[in-house]
Amino acid sequence: MNTKNMISFAAGLLFALGLVLSGMTQPAKVLGFLNVMGLQQGISWQAAPGYWDPSLALVMGGALMVTLIAFAITPRLTHESGKPWFEEMFHLPTRNDIDGKLVMGGILFGIGWGLAGYCPGPALASLLVGGVDVLAFCTAMLAGMWAAKKYLA
Amino acid sequence: MNASWMAALQALGGGVLIGLASWLLLAALGRVAGISGIAAAALSPQASERGEIGAWRKMFLIGLIVGGAAAFALLAPPVMAARPLPLLMAAGLLVGVGTVLGSGCTSGHGVCGLGRRSARSLVATLSFMGAGVATVTAMQFIAARA
Repeated sequence: MNTKNMISFAAGLLFALGLVLSGMTQPAKVLGFLNVMGLQQGISWQAAPGYWDPSLALVMGGALMVTLIAFAITPRLTHESGKPWFEEMFHLPTRNDIDGKLVMGGILFGIGWGLAGYCPGPALASLLVGGVDVLAFCTAMLAGMWAAKKYLA
Repeated sequence: MNASWMAALQALGGGVLIGLASWLLLAALGRVAGISGIAAAALSPQASERGEIGAWRKMFLIGLIVGGAAAFALLAPPVMAARPLPLLMAAGLLVGVGTVLGSGCTSGHGVCGLGRRSARSLVATLSFMGAGVATVTAMQFIAARA
C-alpha cells in the first residue's frame, strides 16, 4: 500500500474513532441534541428521554476548534502556490453561490437525520456492529446517493 | 468524575479527533473529509465510467468502517437506537438524496466547510440543523398525541 492510501486509511480510522468516542454513533444522543424543546425539562448528557442532550454541540465545537486553526495555517490559505504534502494540488470546492438545491438538499437531509438520528459518517462507522437497523439505513442511504448522482447531479 | 462530565469530555475529545482526521486528509492529500461526498463519489456511475473514483476514497471508507468496528469493540458504547425499520429506510433515502442535492453532510459542511469559513456550508448547516430540530419536535408532538 502506498503512502497516500495509508494516510487516507488512517484518516478514516481516526475519524471513526472520533465519531464513536464522541457519542455520534448513538442515535439517542443525536436525537437528544435535536430535541431543543427538551430544554423545558432540562439537560441530560446521557440522552434521557425528553431532555436536551448538549453533547453534539461539543463534538462540532471540538472539531471546529481544530479545523478553523489547522485549515487557516495549512499552506494554500497563506500562499497561492501551496501544495498538500503528497499531492500536486488541493481539491477544494470552488462554488460560493447559495442556491435552492443547497437549501432543499440540506432540509431533506435534516429531515432524514431527525427521523433516524444517523448522518452518513456515524451510520457507516456503525455498519459492521449496528445490526439490521444500520444495514437498512445504509442501504437506503447509498441507494439514495446513487440515484441522486445519476438523475439529479 | 461524574457521568455527565465524562460524556462532555468524550464529546469534546471525539470532536477534536474528527477535526484532526479532517485536517490530515486536507493537509496530506488536499481533500475535504466529507463523508457523503466521498461515499457518493465512490458510487457515482459517471465517476466510475471515467475511472475517477480514486483509491484514496475506497481506503478512507474502509478505514471508517473498520475503524468504527474497532472503536465499538474498544469503547463499548451503549447501543441506543430502535426505530422501526421502514422509518429507518425512509430516513436513509432522505439522507442519501439530500446530501447529494445539498453537496454535503455534517462532516463536509459542518466541520470542513465551516472550518474553511464557507458561506455555502453555513447556509447548508443551518438548513439541516433547522430541519433536524423541526423533525424531532414534530415527532415528539406526534408521539405525545398517539
